[in-house]
Amino acid sequence: MIKFSDKQLKIPKMARPVYLATSGMSRFGRAFPTLRTEELCIEAFTAAADFIKMTPAELKQYIHTAYYGHFADHFGDQLLGEAVIHDRLGLDPLGTIGVKTGGATGGSTIWEAIKAVASGYSDCALAMGWERMDEVPTDEGNHLIACAADKDWETPLGHIYTGYYAVMAQRYWQIFGKAEDSFRKTMAEIAVKNRGYGRMNPYAHGGMKITVEDVINSPVVAYPLRVLDCCLMSVGAACGVVCDEKTAYELTDNPLRIWIGAGSHTLRVADRRDMKIPLLPNEEPGLYDDLGKRFPGGDRYPGFSSFLAARIASYYAYNMTGVVDPCEDLDVIELHDAFTISDIQSYEDVGLRPYGEGRDYIESGDGYHTNPKTGKPGRLPSNLSGGLIGCMHAVGATGLMQIAEIGYHIWNRWAEIHGDEKKWKKFGREKPKDWTDLQVKGAKRGLAISHAGVGSHVTATILMHPNHLLKED
Amino acid sequence: MKSENDVGRVSVKNGRYKIKGKFHIIEPNTPIFDDNGKLCGITNPRDMTYIHSYGGEAIFFESLSKGKLMASRCDNPKCESKDSIFMPFRIYCPDCLRKNTVIDITDIAKKTAMIHSFIITERSGAFNTLKKPIKFINVEFKDVCTIFMGYLSVGEPKIGMRVLPIFQTKKPTYTIMDISWVPVGTPESELPEGFTL
Ligand SMILES: [Zn+2]
Repeated sequence: MIKFSDKQLKIPKMARPVYLATSGMSRFGRAFPTLRTEELCIEAFTAAADFIKMTPAELKQYIHTAYYGHFADHFGDQLLGEAVIHDRLGLDPLGTIGVKTGGATGGSTIWEAIKAVASGYSDCALAMGWERMDEVPTDEGNHLIACAADKDWETPLGHIYTGYYAVMAQRYWQIFGKAEDSFRKTMAEIAVKNRGYGRMNPYAHGGMKITVEDVINSPVVAYPLRVLDCCLMSVGAACGVVCDEKTAYELTDNPLRIWIGAGSHTLRVADRRDMKIPLLPNEEPGLYDDLGKRFPGGDRYPGFSSFLAARIASYYAYNMTGVVDPCEDLDVIELHDAFTISDIQSYEDVGLRPYGEGRDYIESGDGYHTNPKTGKPGRLPSNLSGGLIGCMHAVGATGLMQIAEIGYHIWNRWAEIHGDEKKWKKFGREKPKDWTDLQVKGAKRGLAISHAGVGSHVTATILMHPNHLLKED
Repeated sequence: MKSENDVGRVSVKNGRYKIKGKFHIIEPNTPIFDDNGKLCGITNPRDMTYIHSYGGEAIFFESLSKGKLMASRCDNPKCESKDSIFMPFRIYCPDCLRKNTVIDITDIAKKTAMIHSFIITERSGAFNTLKKPIKFINVEFKDVCTIFMGYLSVGEPKIGMRVLPIFQTKKPTYTIMDISWVPVGTPESELPEGFTL
């Protein structure tokens, strides 16, 4: 569709408030030759129970339905892998279902769990996601990921998903980045930032102390994208437990409110027709009338340079929660930084900056924990976990990791989760001597964007401290 | 590679598939031992051939082997997208879900095809048969509402560059690989093997 009816643009309504009671993650790595997927899932579930000072058996008593996300049966070579995990978690005979939406699988999985609670069907639901990307060599892995593109029209072309995505990066780079060295440098700053934050995260396997020059001199994957511009390929699991109000307060004194919006767009970028830009609450009609003048070639929307699914997901989520200006109303965000340039594209889709001006979010210092220009706290820090570039991209787990990380800031427990020396040791990692507490002080509201490949599926999850809502229920 | 006799082949008789040749190859598992020589896993070899129907898109893939680019158009007078031309070929209109009309856009492509975006990459996945570096291009055409994804066989891509379709007519694979693109003015002698203008 390129025109949307009022019925389709209806703001989603949840029949009752939904809360995130707890979250948990396993360690993440490129490969775990001595761990089965169920061991990682149990690690994540146990962490979620620990977080609210319960045993896994106690937490299980509350769960009524379970939602499992993993992107590719191919990767784990196990159809109905969800049923295996459900059994190993000892949750039979509860109702359960598997969810698959590519890179957005984690977000979509909790979307299902949230709706189950909002509707009254369940008072407490588990959302668990994982990916097993180490059961095939990288070449075969690239082929399997490319199988998520159209198998007749795209996959035979190189069997390399990056190729189908990178044409979008090229168009954005030339039209909106004007192929400038300064824009290239801003892309590199994102890689430096996210890999730097990844160093402070014991769960992460992509932390690196690097410079802009390192990124710009790293090998070309598909110009202008270089190795250090790209996300990781990972193994690991993450989960969240969502509840109605009564159950949430039985589980913990400090549950967070949670909402979610979801959007989609054609699997093939090729099929995207020109349309009017749907506006977010902080955008005035007419804002984009001269976009094509300011950026010649930039008048086709969403074309190859924007993600309609991210815009629609944000439209639903912001209007559900009363977010008007995300930079003003939110304190911390996690974005889907599959590539440095797609991170910049997302800033515009989710309204951090107007279309065409995404780079300013980094150049202004707003996106940092500490603004490098002023030395003061960044206005809206992003990807303090390290994101997909610095922490992990275990596809089905990614969206749930992002939600957990936002939660830790609002719970004001980021340092406890990431700073514990014993945890670093247990994960076989060395805590850096210059480890820094990245807790966003006073964080009350946050956003996590879970995004599939070329933007076929996107979810926007908003978390808020219940005493700091933006609008009445 | 399988011998010519072993290649899995399929025909259709009375509406049913008839298969001939090998559709899977059996290879034994092998153990994986960890740093300490303890068993930690196994390999699971697998080689399979799938049988896939092109359905209503078959005409598109068959036409490539004849040097023709077929698109589809919504002709539903009641549809707000009436007259929209789709390439990639869509069997049904995405708006009214009425069957589209198959149309030949070879001439439109020859006269108006232009590079909308591109990427050059040395990377590929398993089973790739394209020559590296791969030059992916997205091609826009006049009066077509979508943008076709393909690959450039000759020259260096640039946004806005005019290109011509070439077709694998001599040894067709009946896949999307049978259409490629070259810059306008490329002589026939420079085309890859089996391709014609
Ligand atoms: Zn129609």
